[in-house]
Amino acid sequence: MNLTLATRDGFIAAEDTRSSSPLAVRGLTVSYGQKPAVFSVDMTVVPGAMTAIIGPNGAGKSTLLKAALGILKPLAGQTTVFGQPVAACRDRIAYVPQRASVDWDFPTRVIDVVLMGLYRQLGLLGRVRGAHRAKALECLSRVGMEDFATRQIGELSGGQQQRVFLARALAQDADLYLLDEPFAGVDAATEKAIIAVLKSLRDTGKTVVAVHHDLSTVAEYFDHVFLINTRRVAEGRVEDVFTEEHLQAAYGGRLAGAQMDQLSGTLG
Amino acid sequence: MMGAEFVPLSLTPLLIGICVAVACALPGNFLVLRRQALIGDAISHVVLPGIVVAFLLTGVVATWPMLLGAAGAAIIAVAAIEAIRRLGKIEPGAAMGVVFTTMFAGGVLLLEQSDTSSVHLDVEHALFGNLESLIWLDATGWASLLDPVALAGLPVELPRMAAALLAVAVFIALFWRPLKISTFDEGFAQTMGMRTQPLGLALVIVSAIAAVAAFDAVGSIIVIAMFICPPAAARLMTNRLEHQVAWSVLFAALAAIFGYVIAGYGPLWLGYTSSVSAAGMIATVSGVILAVTAIFGPHRHRGGAAKEA
Repeated sequence: MNLTLATRDGFIAAEDTRSSSPLAVRGLTVSYGQKPAVFSVDMTVVPGAMTAIIGPNGAGKSTLLKAALGILKPLAGQTTVFGQPVAACRDRIAYVPQRASVDWDFPTRVIDVVLMGLYRQLGLLGRVRGAHRAKALECLSRVGMEDFATRQIGELSGGQQQRVFLARALAQDADLYLLDEPFAGVDAATEKAIIAVLKSLRDTGKTVVAVHHDLSTVAEYFDHVFLINTRRVAEGRVEDVFTEEHLQAAYGGRLAGAQMDQLSGTLG
Repeated sequence: MMGAEFVPLSLTPLLIGICVAVACALPGNFLVLRRQALIGDAISHVVLPGIVVAFLLTGVVATWPMLLGAAGAAIIAVAAIEAIRRLGKIEPGAAMGVVFTTMFAGGVLLLEQSDTSSVHLDVEHALFGNLESLIWLDATGWASLLDPVALAGLPVELPRMAAALLAVAVFIALFWRPLKISTFDEGFAQTMGMRTQPLGLALVIVSAIAAVAAFDAVGSIIVIAMFICPPAAARLMTNRLEHQVAWSVLFAALAAIFGYVIAGYGPLWLGYTSSVSAAGMIATVSGVILAVTAIFGPHRHRGGAAKEA
């Protein structure tokens, strides 16, 4: 993958990159009240790569994803997915929300959650057939959860719930996977399993974008980073952009010297 | 069974009671899971001023003006709740509480001030309805069910309530999948292209149809109880939404049947001479069912992850 961001290569080249990008955001501004949570952000996701969206708490990482997908209504800005409006590309997008955003006491089984990922195939009244169930089970086995198919979702641990969410996204057979804090509150085994699945997706040409909060694993897990603190701070390849200078710019004084020292081995 | 007595006096109130209970319990499943159970409560309250105003304008207690009045009041209430929620930046529950209590109180005052002595519309009716009086005098026995002349004399509430039940059931069957997915994970549902806000509004409107149709027959108490008790009890019986809805229908029907029978005959068995309000007893039975499932239901414990949190 030799694609680089074309921001300095002139306007026309930048437009080209945007129109082919799996996810291109322009001038996105979102506000919950008086203060903008995301302000005039441009982002151009590189195809076939794994991109981490990083930034301090409250920097607008999740908000950026939700607004780009249309879950939140932005004040301004445009999003294109593979050069088209989001509404025209629903079948190519899989979204994994934050695990804590749903009520896990909801009366349903693991396999039913994964089958939700097939809604666009099934439609309103289409019958769930053996092939659909087989597909859901296959997705569960890819995250190591096939033995839990008939469990109630509330009986699962946090890590298992996260894997079920990932299996639901796999069932969507998308080209662009957007994940909101997929490693938040999960056990080490789950983190390993999830990153293995995401890397295998990338290796088959899919694009993965994840909101990520653990700076120590950025270099190990991701190819590209997008640094945000309400505004865009920097974006590019990990080795170019994941630097002390950019991190200090994104996190301000909130990143202690000791943390920086720990990271120094992984910084670009 | 003694059809000569049962059919004219008890069959229609029982059927209406069952229709009411099931029509409210069906959307109640989703309202309870969406933490919106209060909406059913709110709707059943706000229809009162609408019905009173419709009566004051037309001077008669007739079906269509009352339904229109109730629908108008429900729309005003939904708009007021949204306005208070947004302008006041407060949680929806509080906005609902303010709006529906105020509108219900206004309806009661309006009802007391207006001369409704000539018609069957008063505060008691608004609370308890008059299920027992919805009898089928043209019937002489089971054979009347096949007699067109007798059928023409059926209380109008029965076909009306049956139609409301049918509308509710069709809506839920048709939009089962989007309702389920958006109730569980609204953000994900939106990324799948579902219009979750119109769907949520449609659920409220369908609930309102059930509540308004039921209000005239059975009053507001039973409506509130049926939106919440059968679905809540059903949730404790199973961990699958499909089964929960089936249980809620069963519990709602059981509450209607036993509530009606106990109200009619229970006091007699105990040596009293008069019966008690059927609507009140149906609501009571649904509460007893909920209490029993809360103690003995197989799925009344939260899952492991919830305990960690």
